[in-house]
Amino acid sequence: MKNTISARVADFLRVYPPFNEMHPKDLDTLSHEVSILYKTKESVIFEEDGQPHEHFYIVHKGAVVLRKNSTNAIIDLCDEGDIFGLRPLMANENYKLEAKAYEESILYAVPIADFKPYTQKYEGVANFLLESFASNTRNPYSNSYKGKLLGESSALQPQLDKGLLDLQHVNYSKKLVTSPKNASVKSIALAMTKKKVGAMLIVENGLPQGIITDKDIRNQIATGIHPITAEAKEIMTAPVITYPKKMTIAQAQMAMMKNGISHLCLTEDGTPNTAAVGMLSKHDVMLELGNNPAVLMKAIKRAGKFKEIKTIRRRITGLLKGYLDQNIPLTLTSKVISELNDACIKKIIKIALKDFENQPPVKFAWLAMGSQGRSEQLLHTDQDNALIFENVPENELSKTRAYFLNLSKAVNKGLKIIGYEYCPAEMMASNPEWCLSLSEWKDRVSHWITNPGPEEVLLSSIFFDYSISYGDVNLVDELTAHIFKGTEKYPIFFTHLASGALQNPSPTGFFRSFLVEEDGAHKDFFDVKRRALMPLIDGARILILSHQIKSINNTALRFERLAELEPNNEAIFSACSFATKALLKFRTKQGLLHNDSGRFIALDTLTKEEKIKLKRTFKTIKELQELIKFRFKVTQMLG
Amino acid sequence: MMRFLKKMFRKEKRNYPDFWRAYVKEFEIGLPESLEEIRFVVFDTETTGLDIEKDRILSIGALSLQNNSITVNQSFEVYLYQHFYHAKNIAVHGILEKESEPKITELEAIQLALSFIGNSVLVAHHAGFDRAMINAALKRHGLPKLKNKFLDTSSLYKRTLIASPLLEKQAHYSLDEMAEKFDIPTTDRHTALGDAYITAIAFLNILGKLEVKPSFSVKELLR
Repeated sequence: MKNTISARVADFLRVYPPFNEMHPKDLDTLSHEVSILYKTKESVIFEEDGQPHEHFYIVHKGAVVLRKNSTNAIIDLCDEGDIFGLRPLMANENYKLEAKAYEESILYAVPIADFKPYTQKYEGVANFLLESFASNTRNPYSNSYKGKLLGESSALQPQLDKGLLDLQHVNYSKKLVTSPKNASVKSIALAMTKKKVGAMLIVENGLPQGIITDKDIRNQIATGIHPITAEAKEIMTAPVITYPKKMTIAQAQMAMMKNGISHLCLTEDGTPNTAAVGMLSKHDVMLELGNNPAVLMKAIKRAGKFKEIKTIRRRITGLLKGYLDQNIPLTLTSKVISELNDACIKKIIKIALKDFENQPPVKFAWLAMGSQGRSEQLLHTDQDNALIFENVPENELSKTRAYFLNLSKAVNKGLKIIGYEYCPAEMMASNPEWCLSLSEWKDRVSHWITNPGPEEVLLSSIFFDYSISYGDVNLVDELTAHIFKGTEKYPIFFTHLASGALQNPSPTGFFRSFLVEEDGAHKDFFDVKRRALMPLIDGARILILSHQIKSINNTALRFERLAELEPNNEAIFSACSFATKALLKFRTKQGLLHNDSGRFIALDTLTKEEKIKLKRTFKTIKELQELIKFRFKVTQMLG
Repeated sequence: MMRFLKKMFRKEKRNYPDFWRAYVKEFEIGLPESLEEIRFVVFDTETTGLDIEKDRILSIGALSLQNNSITVNQSFEVYLYQHFYHAKNIAVHGILEKESEPKITELEAIQLALSFIGNSVLVAHHAGFDRAMINAALKRHGLPKLKNKFLDTSSLYKRTLIASPLLEKQAHYSLDEMAEKFDIPTTDRHTALGDAYITAIAFLNILGKLEVKPSFSVKELLR
């Protein structure tokens, strides 16, 4: 039996082990019995200690996270083509892990009863599964041995991509750069420069004798203690601290810290009495850890496909988590993360452009709006973007727009692939309303400024936080200048913007209790975005625009600048800046915890201290709103 | 006279073929109340054209969907004999008269389809057209209209969009647009079952979006 769908299932499966071992006919028969499952983000596929299902699973689209609840450790993240939930096939016992959709996913569920005969018929299939089970990896044929299939207790290591791979074996450089003991320091320095290494191993009969690093050359030669003609043995650090070649990243880091050194010499058995096999530098360890901005930046630059960036984005999330765990100041955190996110977006546009036959007909600029424009987007949220292109003669306008709409479509799709959901209100450059020529944009913002109805105010508050992601900065500057000319002429616009900003609902009720959502999917949750962050964001925007400053988009930075500009209000603006950062951090932490945007907070999960912290920011919000009300004479208008 | 008419009418009703009576009997049991228990049948018809009176069904593809899961072996794909053929449609659907799929008559197709769908909730993209096509076929064989509830993914999709002053909702969203939005491969576009599959994945996506809305209820969905 075969139908259109089972044929597609078979097409997909035949690429991945163990199905690649099967005869097409058998695979067709098996594919016919498959169920296709759709899982929304965060929905559970099976629970830890849950009854075994009659199926095992293959990820067709999306990703599935396997987790041990007791330790909350992520055991594996399964991607397209990965199999999981094999336990019932191997042993008649309950699941040892919980499986949850990490993102919206489509799974193929293969009935075990139908699959079992093939494990007997095909040696390859049986071997794959056996090896998977025995070596405890998901795919024993992959050399990375990355995943843990079944999560035996011995293998319960917290792993998420390269996120927390502390326990993974390090990759050391096997190409040893060595010198004999009597080599001159000069020749060693020359060799190190040529080979671009930071340390030279001094060997005798293959056995490590000492090590010379950049630091030794600085401390011993440049200071004049030894002449440049000195021999290696005079300045080398000896004896060498050696380690076995099989060590984990965590062990390597510990070894370096313990001995205060930046290079480890690895030998056959870990003692200086066997041949040196490799060197491991601090830099290697950093690369291995992966979650470091420089490495990620390099990875982004090197990526050639949307999908590669998707994996990098996961690592960025890992980095973010690390930063928050280590309590690194949010200003720095958001700077680094925004910078990386920005690089991802730039790369997406570059890839999209490369795929196009024709280069852009005129100059253009890609704008990020909303939270991304404000560099406050730490987690994945919806995309909000727009495009400006250079003015063209009337008769070329529709052709030019068509080009940029097509480009935007590709970019929007790319952004979706790497994890930015489409904007449900279609505020995206692929919407003809958000893909305009410079003069069209000028007309549009002029209209908003001179006719500030509720819709216009809403749109300007989203749009006016734009920042350029890619393209020609002059186009953007010209638009900004135009906006300021407009607001200068029509100061009443600010009053409207202010009244819009004051319409956010208050965070606390009469008795200073939290106001929670009364219905919907988030009933009894606290909406930290709408009730606490938005008033600050809106307030900062209107105040900074009234000072004619466009270069600063970040809310916390805007308040800091305002504190400088208005010394008499310094206290309140500094408090606002602090509150913004605190709330953003709060939201980000919640988001990481629940793998969502962090917008809705379950109050009962907060500690008392956290609640007090939250409430403290509310006081600041109230003061800010009073200031805005007074300054922009909102009451007069309302009255 | 009246009595005679009534008798005629009753007689005609009694004369419906067994398969139709079996189909009607399925509706004696109401639909389950929870979304997980409701069986949806997502389907698509490929036709010789868009004229409900003149054009004919070339093929029907349908698949069964329950609790967010599609069981592949419970899908349905039939190709119909065609005496009546519009050359222009071959370009769209690529279905040629001589193609190798075994073909059945319209009546056979109706019988099989009715027993497959039962009392399920039917889902299609621009469902109005598919429903009209099938009802026209039923009428040709002296049968009443379909009794199932219908959902249209095109109008359901519209409900997932947020009202915004700069968003003009389109009157219709094509299946290609759906596939684009939800990143569904279109390899099997323009085969009935292939289109049904795209519609099913789009439907699941849409349902996921609608389900979290505060106003969502199964009753409202099926209204």
